[in-house]
Amino acid sequence: MTELLTTPQAKELHRKFVEDVMGMPSGEKINICQQCGTCTGSCPTSYLMDFGPREVIAAFRAGMIDKVVQSNTIWLCTSCYYCTVRCPAGIKITDLMYELKRLAIKYDLAPKQSKNPAMTKYFIDSVHKHGRNHEVEMMARFMLLKDWSLPFKFWQLGLKLFAAGRMPLTARNIRGKDELEKISAYLEAQEAKAQ
Amino acid sequence: MKYLYYPGCSAEATGKAYDASSRAMMDKLGVELVELDDWNCCGATSYFSVRELDSFAIAARNLAIAQEMGDDELCVICNACYTTLAKTNRYMAEDPHVFEAVQGALGAVGRSYDGNVKVRHVVDILINDIGVEAIAERVTRRLTGLRVAPYYGCQFSRPMGSFDDVQVPTTMDRLFEAMGADVITEFDAKTDCCGGMMMLTREDAALRLCHELLVAARQYRADVIVAACPLCEMNLEGYQPRVNKAYGTDFNIPVMYFTQLAGLALGADPKQLAIDKQVVSCASVLAAIPA
Amino acid sequence: MAEEKIAVYICHCGTNIAGKVDVEEVTRWASEQPNVAVAREYKYMCSDPGQDLIKQDIAEHGITRAVVAACSPTMHEPTFRKAAGDGGLNPYLLQMANIREHCSWVTIDGDAATEKAKRILGAQIHRLPLNVPLEPIEVPVNPNVMVVGGGIAGIEAALKLAATGKKVYLVERDPSIGGHMAMFDKTFPTLDCAACILTPKMSAAGKEPNIEMLAYSEVTQVDGYVGNFKVKVRKKARYIDIDKCTGCALCTEACVVRKVPNEFDQGLSKRSAAYIPFPQAVPLRATIDPTRCLTLTGKKCKQPCVAACGPEAIDFEQKDEEIELEVGAIIMATGFQLWDPTPETRYSYGKLDNVITSLEFERISNASGPTGGHIVCKNGEPPKSVAILHCVGSRDENYQEFCSRVCCMYSLKFSHLIKEHLPETEVYECYIDMRTYGKGYEEFYKRLMNEGVHFIRGRAAEVSDVGLSSEEEGRLIVKVEDTLLGITRRLPVDMVILSSGLAPRSDAKATSQIFGFGCSSNGFYLERHPKLEPVSTITDGIFIAGCCQYPKDIPDTVAQAGAAAAGALALVDNATVKVEATIAYIDPEKCSGCHICVGLCPHTAIRYNEEKDAAEVIEAACKGCGVCVAACGSGVPQQRGYLDEQIFAEIEGALAV
Repeated sequence: MTELLTTPQAKELHRKFVEDVMGMPSGEKINICQQCGTCTGSCPTSYLMDFGPREVIAAFRAGMIDKVVQSNTIWLCTSCYYCTVRCPAGIKITDLMYELKRLAIKYDLAPKQSKNPAMTKYFIDSVHKHGRNHEVEMMARFMLLKDWSLPFKFWQLGLKLFAAGRMPLTARNIRGKDELEKISAYLEAQEAKAQ
Repeated sequence: MKYLYYPGCSAEATGKAYDASSRAMMDKLGVELVELDDWNCCGATSYFSVRELDSFAIAARNLAIAQEMGDDELCVICNACYTTLAKTNRYMAEDPHVFEAVQGALGAVGRSYDGNVKVRHVVDILINDIGVEAIAERVTRRLTGLRVAPYYGCQFSRPMGSFDDVQVPTTMDRLFEAMGADVITEFDAKTDCCGGMMMLTREDAALRLCHELLVAARQYRADVIVAACPLCEMNLEGYQPRVNKAYGTDFNIPVMYFTQLAGLALGADPKQLAIDKQVVSCASVLAAIPA
Repeated sequence: MAEEKIAVYICHCGTNIAGKVDVEEVTRWASEQPNVAVAREYKYMCSDPGQDLIKQDIAEHGITRAVVAACSPTMHEPTFRKAAGDGGLNPYLLQMANIREHCSWVTIDGDAATEKAKRILGAQIHRLPLNVPLEPIEVPVNPNVMVVGGGIAGIEAALKLAATGKKVYLVERDPSIGGHMAMFDKTFPTLDCAACILTPKMSAAGKEPNIEMLAYSEVTQVDGYVGNFKVKVRKKARYIDIDKCTGCALCTEACVVRKVPNEFDQGLSKRSAAYIPFPQAVPLRATIDPTRCLTLTGKKCKQPCVAACGPEAIDFEQKDEEIELEVGAIIMATGFQLWDPTPETRYSYGKLDNVITSLEFERISNASGPTGGHIVCKNGEPPKSVAILHCVGSRDENYQEFCSRVCCMYSLKFSHLIKEHLPETEVYECYIDMRTYGKGYEEFYKRLMNEGVHFIRGRAAEVSDVGLSSEEEGRLIVKVEDTLLGITRRLPVDMVILSSGLAPRSDAKATSQIFGFGCSSNGFYLERHPKLEPVSTITDGIFIAGCCQYPKDIPDTVAQAGAAAAGALALVDNATVKVEATIAYIDPEKCSGCHICVGLCPHTAIRYNEEKDAAEVIEAACKGCGVCVAACGSGVPQQRGYLDEQIFAEIEGALAV
């Protein structure tokens, strides 16, 4: 485990995070975490994480938020829900991971080298543009902007999929695609009002 | 029987076969699927990672359309879509703040949703509405001797466990048992995660998880793995060659959408079920079950 | 009516009352109330000096009534009533006004609390002139005691009572006493052989003339009340005359039905339909299982058991026998059952071979068990490595929330046994916390650390049979986060022992209802007070001991059994017991004989008297709950101490403030 430092920024972040997380349904259950490790033990990607979900909760309780959001942990969560279902304290860990992802993006704290936040962005952009996620467009953008090695890994499969008609190059727009932008705009405005 | 049908974004691209085979299978069962008008992406895991309320609102747009079309049930084929839409209902019911926000957002685009559309996974409909007996009666191509590994994926019964056991789901098991297959009921990895979207962002992680699943399938001598989610199917099937490359293995296990295999058993034309569109050939499966 | 002289005492209860209620003001106000001769405030009325105040005022001021405004009557009504009695005033001329639980502890605003205290006190001051002296009823006490459950707790309690000369009925549902302890191999922390320390007690219980052993029997009904319980016991038919049977076991060998799963061995071995549960059984008599015996299930059988039985003890015509026993006290020692780990599907219990429970391991390790004491896997080979998983089904809001207390210690014991039998075998313990709190327990933990056991702090996530490498192939893989190292580990092992928690018996609730007490939210029997009365129940005369009250180890079980025996003895060693005086009475002249109250009484304390054509209260059984008083359409039953006019007076007193 890398050194965990608390900074004034971390303290302020912690306050904001705690408020948000405790406001989640069953958020207060984080207080009764036994640190048993069932979550990390069950997690399919914990071996890749800087620290597993258990440590995220321990760090959170210790006020060390900055390191949590700058780690790759939350971005490696596949939301498979094993942890949530097996947790003896009933903590909704997957929801906590989503919340931390959201807070990390909101405060622009996602680690620069992590590709997941970018993929998320391209997904959403695609949906807003067409109303549905155009997989090819999303992947193309991702490859171009984030991971040039991908085309080398992917080209064989890509050809096969294309031949099988599973990779349409053009996207159809839904009639109501503008509604999605409007929905986002409405909710953003509401949030701004609340603050 | 008639159901409003939500295909999901993958159904137009990598998951085309899932959509095609679902329709073909339901047709053989005498069930009409009416595609939800102008449906939008459910948001899946990505929206949740950025803006929670947006996620609920855009998911709810689909449910609002369902209500506008006069129905109170929506058939969903993809695990991720199912979980996202069902979660939306759950949060709207339990959190008044969410309900208000969603209603307001939908109102801004001239729609409204009162929370009363039931989201039904296609397996739920098969087992609980149509029933295994009725399905068994319509089987024309019994799957005798075919060892089927039912792969549910992580978001089939987790986290809510609404229509199947949250830890050990068995609905797909029962479906294929009714079709005469030799279902590997002890396939414990059946709800292990395949890596999902990580296949693009962290290929190493997803390949490792798929490798573990394929090892398990091989240990249990599976003739075919059936999946209920386009992402799962893609990862296990489409990327199987890459798993082999990364781990020096020689897996060649057919992976099908469960609707493709079910459709076969019900006598649908393999072409209609898009079985020839698979990356890992399903020839062995077709050979094993005489027409 | 002569003027009464009421003494009023306002207790501060430290700051519990005085911190919220203005006690000075309430005292001043009380002194101005009608009939109040003396009004005092004091810091702790329940203390000796506090009680002395009451006695002094009776002696010096001729007090005729008293009210103590303090805590709840449940706490100290007996205390103050006794003080009044000692001072020469009939105890029932003293009332309590609850200005703590009902007032200072539940009111936020001080002024509101003070006002409420006056009302509560005013009610009692107003009704006291209507109190009349009452005498508690003395009922004779049957000196016999029944102990239900023949495990170590029941045996210990029975032996202790028998030693004082009391007659004890020891009722045990299984064919032999001994309970779970008889199944164990060694016991922690001393590693005494369980059978070696238990069988002498079992044998003593079997031989003790004051203990009437009713094995293979169950209680079906309990009536009566403290000192006078009438208990119906069904002695189940063994189909063997126990007076003739010598326990030679020839019938068990001759029996043709041989494949019945042996419950004592946790299903790991088979027994016959005619069986003796284990060689040291007490009573050492055979039993024929009526669900498996060919003759008793209506099938054909040559009955070789009959031929084999020298004393001709087999009797297929035997019937269950219902007897009724009268006892003065009952001790419940019905024990626990192991939590079944099947629902915890991620451990694959019942699906994968060699995933076993703690009790199953006890039997495997035990020399008298199914493997002759050899620790082996299902294939007969000794395991090269074993993982012991703690907290299975415990500390988990999905299953049992509580900590089962003994599992850390028994897991350590298992590690030791494995290392002793198989020194080369690797042992892993996956734990969350190591709870080794008892005498000699921490030292035991150190011992195991010295024996080379691998302790991994992490709750095992899953047990799988899918190996990912050649080392893992064909083995059980335990996936666990080693939280102290911060890494997730895969442990390839040959055997997994699930340290499952102790659970209440599945029929605990139903049993408690037969006897007339309750269970706590975790399903175990409910004690009267968690700290001060751990062996009593809400029902006078019924005691509890051992794991039926809550999981505990053998030392604590034996101690609790002794405590229950002492409690029972304190009761039955007297010729009589005093029963609460504030009970109901029914005037036969006014009663119309409609029977409504008879059926409604929750304590079956009302019977219909044919001669008088009226209902009458069985005084000793009445608990003064007031149901009959409320139910009677004609208002005939009255409760002493809570007469209608007394209650109305309280209401007036409260409203008059």
